[in-house]
Amino acid sequence: MAKSALLKSSLAKKYWMAFTGLFLCLFLVGHLIGNLQLLIPVSEGARDTFNEYALFMTTNPAVKVLSYLTYISILFHAIDGLMLTINNRKARPQGYVNFKPSTNTMWSSRNMGILGTIILAFIVVHMTMFWGEMKFGGLDETVYTTANGEEVKDLYTLTIKTFQDAQYGLIWAIAYAIAMLAIGFHLSHGFASGFQSLGVNHPKYNGFIRKLGLAFAVLVPLAFAVIPFYIHFVLEKI
Amino acid sequence: MGIFESNAPKGPLAEKWTNHKNEIDLVNPANKRNIDVIVVGTGLAGGSAAATLAELGYNVKTFCYQDSPRRAHSIAAQGGINAAKNYQGDGDSIYRLFYDTIKGGDYRSRESNVYRLAEVSGSIIDQCVAQGVPFAREYGGMLDNRSFGGVLVSRTFYAKGQTGQQLLLGAYSAMNRQINRGKIKAYNRHEMLDIVKVDGKARGIIARNLVTGELERHSAHAVVVASGGYGNVFFLSTNAMGSNVTAGWKIHKKGAYFANPCFTQIHPTCIPVSGDHQSKLTLMSESLRNDGRIWVPKKKEDAEAIKAGKKKPTELTEEERDYYLERRYPAFGNLVPRDVASRAAKERCDAGYGVNKTGEAVYLDFSSAIMRYGKEAATTQKISNPSDEKIRQLGKEVVEAKYGNLFQMYEKIVDQNPYETPMMIYPAVHYTMGGVWVDYNLQTTIPGCYAIGEANFSDHGANRLGASALMQGLADGYFVLPYTIGNYLADDIRTGAIPTDSAEFEAAETEVRERLEKLVNNNGTKSVDHFHKILGKIMWNKVGMARNATSLKEAIKEIQELREEFWRDVRVPGTTAEMNAELEKAGRVADFLELGELFAKDALHREESCGGHFREEYQTEEGEALRDDENFMYVAAWEYTGNPADAILHKEDLDYENIKVKTRSYK
Amino acid sequence: MNLTLKIWRQKNADTKGKMVTYQVSDISNDMSFLEMMDVLNEQLINKGDEPVAFDHDCREGICGSCSLQINGEPHGPDRGVATCQLHMRKFKDGDTITIEPFRAKAFPLIKDLVVDRSSFDRIQQAGGYVSVNTSGNTIDANSIPVDKENADMSFYAATCIGCGACVAACKNASAMLFTSAKVSQFALLPQGEVEADRRVLQMVEQMDKEGFGNCTNTGACEIECPKGISLENIARMNREYLKASVK
Repeated sequence: MAKSALLKSSLAKKYWMAFTGLFLCLFLVGHLIGNLQLLIPVSEGARDTFNEYALFMTTNPAVKVLSYLTYISILFHAIDGLMLTINNRKARPQGYVNFKPSTNTMWSSRNMGILGTIILAFIVVHMTMFWGEMKFGGLDETVYTTANGEEVKDLYTLTIKTFQDAQYGLIWAIAYAIAMLAIGFHLSHGFASGFQSLGVNHPKYNGFIRKLGLAFAVLVPLAFAVIPFYIHFVLEKI
Repeated sequence: MGIFESNAPKGPLAEKWTNHKNEIDLVNPANKRNIDVIVVGTGLAGGSAAATLAELGYNVKTFCYQDSPRRAHSIAAQGGINAAKNYQGDGDSIYRLFYDTIKGGDYRSRESNVYRLAEVSGSIIDQCVAQGVPFAREYGGMLDNRSFGGVLVSRTFYAKGQTGQQLLLGAYSAMNRQINRGKIKAYNRHEMLDIVKVDGKARGIIARNLVTGELERHSAHAVVVASGGYGNVFFLSTNAMGSNVTAGWKIHKKGAYFANPCFTQIHPTCIPVSGDHQSKLTLMSESLRNDGRIWVPKKKEDAEAIKAGKKKPTELTEEERDYYLERRYPAFGNLVPRDVASRAAKERCDAGYGVNKTGEAVYLDFSSAIMRYGKEAATTQKISNPSDEKIRQLGKEVVEAKYGNLFQMYEKIVDQNPYETPMMIYPAVHYTMGGVWVDYNLQTTIPGCYAIGEANFSDHGANRLGASALMQGLADGYFVLPYTIGNYLADDIRTGAIPTDSAEFEAAETEVRERLEKLVNNNGTKSVDHFHKILGKIMWNKVGMARNATSLKEAIKEIQELREEFWRDVRVPGTTAEMNAELEKAGRVADFLELGELFAKDALHREESCGGHFREEYQTEEGEALRDDENFMYVAAWEYTGNPADAILHKEDLDYENIKVKTRSYK
Repeated sequence: MNLTLKIWRQKNADTKGKMVTYQVSDISNDMSFLEMMDVLNEQLINKGDEPVAFDHDCREGICGSCSLQINGEPHGPDRGVATCQLHMRKFKDGDTITIEPFRAKAFPLIKDLVVDRSSFDRIQQAGGYVSVNTSGNTIDANSIPVDKENADMSFYAATCIGCGACVAACKNASAMLFTSAKVSQFALLPQGEVEADRRVLQMVEQMDKEGFGNCTNTGACEIECPKGISLENIARMNREYLKASVK
């Protein structure tokens, strides 16, 4: 009983949701630290640092394990979320004529499914643009030669050029910012919710967790979102 | 068996119950599996009885009109439950609890039953704690006690203001355990509409499925009625809307005597009626009288001015107020027993000193308590020369900590802030001490039919003490009935399942069906509530807190007329074959219209004043109740003969071998 | 005051229902919401129509019978009260009020505003008790001291009236608050601890079987709960369940 309980029950779904969600929060931090290197001007060797970093991230075995964990988490989080949403729809086959959830809940908490879908769409685009290109093709014009003479794709140039493009750069930046906004809202509920699902709730610490969650939900996506605009408006052109 | 005999065991008081238990016949576990018991009502008494009977091995069927046993009106009891545990070491004992209960009941209850109640009271607490009932505790982890209504020890266990709820949920959880084991089959949203007798014994019931409207036959070897009190005969009471006398009344009509119907408790601290739309009354815990002072204006002009909204109570000076309880009963003051406090409020309002628009309300004022507590708090907090404002603020904090939830409830209902202006209260019907007559074994005069909890008459005499109703319900259900019923069922081990296709079941079902059809096909012009409200007014005005021969005779006549009009002119919409709340109500009101008459008849015959029964002709010069032990120290048990007016009186004389009968005095 | 009421009418589970509009007049501020419903029903009966069926009993906020979704919220706009304690002074003359039954797959409709909440009973039957016989031959009530704080928390969890507002308010129709309140009450007491693992596993299994939705921590239940049962109980149940399932 106990084993199936941990796989099939409604609570199990919540544990996995929380567990993968909080893991992805950690991933976001890691990702952000990497991205911040894009703020360094090219004249100060940004191209080298960033591409070396990208190389490290794609080849280091430990990082590889982590990255696969991340992919699985995203997949699991999305599938689990989809299942929850379907299940929850079924739990109220006949809806209310008048339903006012705004009086008792936050908007984001009710729309995790929609927010999650936006984020998933973003991830797909994001992956095709950077990661997909990096792995499988394109990028012929920009090749970067590493310190030990290997030729790899120049992710740095690709990124900077995308956002500095006179025609589309700003649009990309705005689209990126919208995705970050969705992540922010998603996190504003998800962060604290994850703790609750795992049973971490104590009057003494609840305030702290909630504030930490909100701070995380505002600061991390904001920092992500600032980068493309900085690249577009401030960073020296390449 | 089944005769009008108390069956109280012989021997010394303290040994009666033990001896009796040793002597009653037992049913062996294998045979219990072949015996069915029906329990009607799933409150504290019914729920606990069902759980224990099922545990013992009987097959139990429970019936309740609510959608779940957890909603029975026991849930609304606030204050607490008495038990002679003597945890506080203040000299409490089984004997003292017994004595207080007999005295509080104004010497109109059966000694042996009350002693047994006190004896098993301690086990109730043990049991409930083991079941996970979260009673209030002290910092040391031990159970906390409070003191209650006019006794001299602290023996009341409580769970904030929701003791009834917690105890009921405890009994409900015990039931759930048995339902899960398949030993109880719960028929919720079912109402018992008649009892079926075979060869003179109770052998089943006819119940209506309130969802589909179907009539169902259920057979058993014994039927237990635990359907609560009949306070709703007054229309307005603190009972739940659905509380009714139907089960008790149906068995009465089939041969169970009905005892002391006129013994009704009117609780002094309820929120007053605000208008004709009122559907029920809300009780404010008696504990408020510990700190609140009750008053009305001294001058009639002031009362008039307040009624008209021209004056505020806070504008009246101390000299202009009449603290009538403190004036009349200097020793007990605001803490006199419930019946005394209620009558005193009525007396003032009848004299024209009532303070709300209906003229039926008195003040319960916390301003002196707020100032007193405020000064104490200022002293302990070492605040020198505090302003009045500061004192009031500190005092309010103390009062809020003690009664916050009650004050909040009052404000929600009345829309006045009781911290700023005195509360208004008025007495309301609360509990019925009378009920189906039972012997020591809790068996009615129908063999195999038992009555427990508020539905029977047994333990509270003419007045019930605070925190004793919960005690009685659970004592009957957990610790008394499951044993005494074995004595009867021991003879039934070879009977086998009772068939439901017998002529008796057929006849009972037909009778029920015809009555229901009559109600829905009546094509009258007035709603059920219309009649219920009129009945309530008659009961309240003429058979209420104070009665006299003239008013009672009038009431009997008016109720008879009203009953005729009801059957002629009631309109019940819908059909019998569906969920039909009006039809349910109609059936209940029809029974109240019969009970009401018996109630008045009983009050008329009892030419004395005792406990909750106050006859204006029988009072002392100071207006206190005048008991007549010479002529009325008996239980009046009425036998139905076809009409309440023709009910035959049977007397069970009360002998007090262990207690000296005294006059109650609270001066 | 005069009001327009839009009420869900449905003859029984097998027929289709719809919202029907009614007018009521001369409603006083002092009436409770259910007394206003009484006025409407009296009016309907006098006209020869069928009165609106709704569950109610104690009318003092403790039995948990009332189950109305009023203007989109269970038990209406007031906080910390059941429908029977909601007073008409919370509304204004000329208001339109929508009244619907609590909606959930696990609360099938019986008639008009009456729903079947026996799923709650079944969750309790699955393990919401301490397995102790009611013989009275238990140990003395004071032989196991209970930490006051735990006793109080257990009490607050136990104040649940089983009305179903948590399910009605939840966008997922989840019964987590109800179930967790019962799990918590026992988990916090030494008497209930003994069979805590079995209890939480069985109660959650039953809860899932009944067709309630999953909890997504929106917190609507806590806000709409007439007794203010805390989300802390849900977290406690999550812990208890995790603990029980890894054992």
